[in-house]
Amino acid sequence: MGIRIALAGNPNCGKTTLFNALTGSNQFVGNWPGVTVEYKEGKYKGDKEVKIVDLPGIYSLSPYTLEEVVSRNYLIDEKPEAIINVIDGTNLERNLYLTTQIVELGIPVVIAINMMDVVEKNGDKINTKKLSEEIGVPVIEISALKNRGLKDIVDAAVKAAKEALPQSPKHRFDGSVEHALAHIEELCLHNVEDENVQRWYSIKLFERDEKIQEKLGLSEETVNHIEKDIASCEKELDDDAESIITGERYNYIGTIIDGCVKKAKKGLTTSDKIDRIVTNRFLALPIFAVVMFLVYFVSVTTVGSWATDWANDGVFGDGWHLFAIGSADYNDAVDKYNEADLIIVGYDLYCEGNGEGPTGDFKYPVEDEETAAVEYRTATHEDYVEAMEYINSHEVPEPEDYGVWIPGIPVFVESGLDAIKCNDAVKGLILDGIVAGVGAVLGFVPQILVLFIFLAFLEACGYMARVAFIMDRIFRKFGLSGKSFIPMLIGTGCGIPGIMASRTIENDRDRKMTIMTTTFIPCGAKLPFIAMVAGAIFGGAAWVAPSAYFLGIFAIITSGIMLKKTKIFAGDPAPFVMELPAYHWPTLSNVLRSMWERGWSFIKKAGTIILLSTIVVWFTTFFGFTPDGFRMLEEEEIGMSILASIGKGLSWIFIPLGFGDWEATVASITGLVAKENIVGTLAIIYGAAGDVYETMRAAFTDASGFAFLAFNLLCAPCFAAMGAIKREMNNTKWFWRAIGYQCGFAWVIGLIIYQVGKLFTGEGFTVGTVFGIAAIACLLYGLFRKDKYAN
Amino acid sequence: MTLRDVKVGDTVKVTKIDGAGAVKRRIMDMGITKGVEIYVRKIAPLGDPVEITVRGYELSVRKADAEMILVEG
Repeated sequence: MGIRIALAGNPNCGKTTLFNALTGSNQFVGNWPGVTVEYKEGKYKGDKEVKIVDLPGIYSLSPYTLEEVVSRNYLIDEKPEAIINVIDGTNLERNLYLTTQIVELGIPVVIAINMMDVVEKNGDKINTKKLSEEIGVPVIEISALKNRGLKDIVDAAVKAAKEALPQSPKHRFDGSVEHALAHIEELCLHNVEDENVQRWYSIKLFERDEKIQEKLGLSEETVNHIEKDIASCEKELDDDAESIITGERYNYIGTIIDGCVKKAKKGLTTSDKIDRIVTNRFLALPIFAVVMFLVYFVSVTTVGSWATDWANDGVFGDGWHLFAIGSADYNDAVDKYNEADLIIVGYDLYCEGNGEGPTGDFKYPVEDEETAAVEYRTATHEDYVEAMEYINSHEVPEPEDYGVWIPGIPVFVESGLDAIKCNDAVKGLILDGIVAGVGAVLGFVPQILVLFIFLAFLEACGYMARVAFIMDRIFRKFGLSGKSFIPMLIGTGCGIPGIMASRTIENDRDRKMTIMTTTFIPCGAKLPFIAMVAGAIFGGAAWVAPSAYFLGIFAIITSGIMLKKTKIFAGDPAPFVMELPAYHWPTLSNVLRSMWERGWSFIKKAGTIILLSTIVVWFTTFFGFTPDGFRMLEEEEIGMSILASIGKGLSWIFIPLGFGDWEATVASITGLVAKENIVGTLAIIYGAAGDVYETMRAAFTDASGFAFLAFNLLCAPCFAAMGAIKREMNNTKWFWRAIGYQCGFAWVIGLIIYQVGKLFTGEGFTVGTVFGIAAIACLLYGLFRKDKYAN
Repeated sequence: MTLRDVKVGDTVKVTKIDGAGAVKRRIMDMGITKGVEIYVRKIAPLGDPVEITVRGYELSVRKADAEMILVEG
């Protein structure tokens, strides 16, 4: 059988660098079952029989954080053959605290003192031989970054695993504690099979660790019995049990360090100097703003959006020009040709309407592709003559003529399907269902990768912890972490990388809260819809777009405050006692690896749900029962589709919100595929009756129109974002909680806007108003009720 | 006196940790135990949390949590 070696150590001790250096590309990355904590294992490069498991970075083996519980359960239950305890050589004192607990588990331990290159550079001396004697385990000096001592540490661990000598700690607590521990062991631990872990169990019971009491199945009677031992010891030492144990561990470490470490006297380190500037009272916020702007500018506005456009409109669209050479010329030509064409259309329309050609100026319609808004421009007779000449002397511009044109995958697939004379339904399924679905998954990957380069860099260099330090004060009021700032910021561009950015938040509850609320911020895909509502219903009013952002921020704040007080987020508040690691320059390979892992996990974990739901929506949109039986429909026949029937069946839900007709319902459902689809669907549905904006204006009042907007901004995001939520929650129950909460919250806000809004738009007081006011009251109750779970 | 009241630039000694449960344990796990010296480095630009040096490394503590840490000058 192979050997399993667990890597355990504090966060920022260089464990991940060591893991990468030991395993190379032989890695498996996933999650611990049912929780959001990352699980990593890999095969040792030098010997495939040696499996290395990378435990989460932890400071202790207490029962209070998910990472610690996951780690200690793995160590006790799975019993790896050996543990490599990775220690940051520049910070021995705190790192050894975890060591004092790990050596109590009975599993062979070897210590890897990492970052020895830095220790030596600082002029510090560590007497590893003495340290090894004091703690009673082999100690190896390494530098994961410089590939130093890597073989030695694995060899030592393998040797320890093969010898399998029971590990026992050299450290003894105060006499009265040891007395209590002996009692506890005698009383309730004789059943524990592996006697090597007995000491660990007895210390945990002494600390009143409820998770261990439960695990051992202790009766209430036994617990009470132990309690007497603990209480008498506490009385003797005048402190509580946990403090006694922690204090003694640190005192013990203090004596070891005194004997083994010689620190060179030194002034400020480079890291100190950087920190003096970066989190300086006056410069911190401006520097923060610049860093955030850079992250946003590159990963959302420029490189990120080029990448997304290329992936969505190029690879999964019509195609793209190699290196974008010729694109600009081609677009100019297309614009010119279309403009000429539209002028002629306008001329013909005038002729149709008036029975004769215009003598002077005439109008022609120009439709905005994104928002379906129609604008009328004026043309003169000369324009018409010029346009006719242009059309007659030019062909429709072909992209191939302007550069090296690479057709998109759909074009390629379509021509293939046409060549084999594929049935229309199958063709539709493949093109609009499967290829579009795969496109929806992969289209976001380039942007996610760009963002994750940044996040990996910010995390690895130590600035991410400072982000939390700077923003904590604002965000913790809403039950969020200072690190929630980045997901929300990125969320204004696209919710998917935004949700995935929540990965950097250590605390489980903060992370879940961030995942649930990030998509409330309007993303880029919602902008055309906002513009459409503003243009069609509110006559292009300028306040509509900013109001969407205010609504998003309002939703995040109220949700944070309300959810914080609910049972699912109850429990001890997360202690925000956070290490601010020393700044250091990350290695390129670690940054790239972290980027790739996260991008890949999105494809793998979010891909299925996105693909399936896209296919389902495609099917229901393009099939339906018509007078001539069940068949595939044209785009314009959406009124007969299964989706329309579903819309008709569900539209009653939205009656209290003022838009209880199937058109709005269907548009909301297609918005789940991609939010910009709402515009397209409404354009098709309302376009059938003439001018899209006019028909839409007639279908909504001010109140119902804004309620419709609010509902679609706040309800469940697109399938791709839902996939990201599912991936990050890693838990079906939490996934549905998030989606359910978002839809429910959106519905309540829509109700309030419509019912209370009617009061102000002159529709008077109705029964509905009562419900609207009741909903406000509920919201206020949720916001201001006492937090009964707070301590 | 609690850690909250300590001025930036001062060094103090911990006498006791109040409170219970996860927060207290976390504070102690991070090395803030009875008798240890704490140097208050700076306050975050928005006024909270504070950055301290303890056992040779930097730690960020919220003022509300700092109130649980009793110190003497």
